[in-house]
Amino acid sequence: MEQGCENDLVSRVIQVIAKSQHLEPGAIKPESTFVELGIDSLDGLQILFALEEEFEVNIPDDAGKEFDSIAKASEGIRQLMEAKQAAASGA
Amino acid sequence: MRQVAVTGLGVISPIGLNCSEFENSLRQGISGIAPIRSVPCDGLKFSNAGEVRGFDPLCWMDARQASQVDRSAQMAIAAAAQAVQSSGITFDPLRSAVVTGCSVGGQPTEDAVYRQLYEEKKTRFEPLTIPRIMGNAAASWISMKFGIQGPCFNVSTACASAGHAIGQAFWMIRNGVADAAVAGGTEAPITFSLLRGWEAMRVVSPDTCRPFSKDRRGMILAEGAAFLVLEEMQAARARGALIAAEVCGFGMSADATHLTLPSSTGAALAIRLALEDAGMRPEEVGYINAHGTGTAANDPAEVRAIRSVFAAPPPVSSTKSMHGHALGASPALEALATVLALRGGFLPPTANFNEPDPECDVDAVPNRARELNVRAALSNSFAFGGLNAVLAFRACS
Repeated sequence: MEQGCENDLVSRVIQVIAKSQHLEPGAIKPESTFVELGIDSLDGLQILFALEEEFEVNIPDDAGKEFDSIAKASEGIRQLMEAKQAAASGA
Repeated sequence: MRQVAVTGLGVISPIGLNCSEFENSLRQGISGIAPIRSVPCDGLKFSNAGEVRGFDPLCWMDARQASQVDRSAQMAIAAAAQAVQSSGITFDPLRSAVVTGCSVGGQPTEDAVYRQLYEEKKTRFEPLTIPRIMGNAAASWISMKFGIQGPCFNVSTACASAGHAIGQAFWMIRNGVADAAVAGGTEAPITFSLLRGWEAMRVVSPDTCRPFSKDRRGMILAEGAAFLVLEEMQAARARGALIAAEVCGFGMSADATHLTLPSSTGAALAIRLALEDAGMRPEEVGYINAHGTGTAANDPAEVRAIRSVFAAPPPVSSTKSMHGHALGASPALEALATVLALRGGFLPPTANFNEPDPECDVDAVPNRARELNVRAALSNSFAFGGLNAVLAFRACS
């Protein structure tokens, strides 16, 4: 079940990045790095924006700097969503 | 070849509302970076900027004119008036020029009317909305104030705007197109919409601006205006003008690589061209006023550019650490700082400097101004869009 959610999140991240960068989703693998995908710093900003919109989270600048692969972006989003849920249930 | 003197200086900035206040701040290493007061910053990732505090447009224009002019042009009119007053020049209308650098125009007006339109659902705009917003408003107001009828235009090249503007004015005088010019820049970019735009670029520091320091976290936005009066050297000497410095070289280039990631090759090209234009050897340069934004990307690229031109670089400081980054006006604030340094025999410091960064291996004049007479200096400006402008100055004894 958890593994399924994880996969679901990764595939959503891939969809968002594919749309933002005009890439075929099939060309992006869960293990792809941004460098391999030809994503530069300015593309990276657009991806952060697209991920924030899709997942309704705010990615802090320092955290955003770590987003340099599908794996790291997915893990970063997972942590931010968990923190958001924890804050919501705490409130 | 005709030479070009700087005979007038004026400034409205976060670190001074005239040249003596501005110079004093540079000498004392006083920063004008502080919590933003003019617009609410709720929810923004940063809350500091270099705002101009205590500026009263009515010291420089009547209430009727002030109501017709956006803040960006108000500051420009004030700084230009100071420059003309200090120069003591009487312009020959057809032989004089005005060149301004302003990147974003009348943003405070634009922001206010969009709020009226979309939020308050107003259906009628104040009639002078368009001429308040236009990027050439300052150039036009300055030409009217001083009756200057020669070349008059605005340059918009993002954060290099005023560098290109002063360079064009310098070339026009040197080439005989004009004999005198009011040249500089202005910017009033502290509006909520632009702050949101800069936030999305993820280059604004959450605390302050620390150029070349290892713990730098980005740039700090600012507003302000600075203007110089430039004159053909012999004419300036003949009328007994006080000459603050000589503008002697200008170089410009385009990176032609990336919209926002600076290229040290493009920057180095502009530096080399400025030296060549000035007939200046690298070892003559005693000080460089850096573009020095304090972002992760700019500062190492700029140091690589400087090191590719200078075998032993002179001291390099960034006065943006004090006045912040006033976009298109920054090169004018920094040209002024460079002229004051040459005239006053001191090097302005890089304020807020904590820790050397091996990637930014230069003498950044950390935190304390240095008493030093140098004969020549450069002022670097490298804009988003990869557009570079470098000015060269010589001291006048």
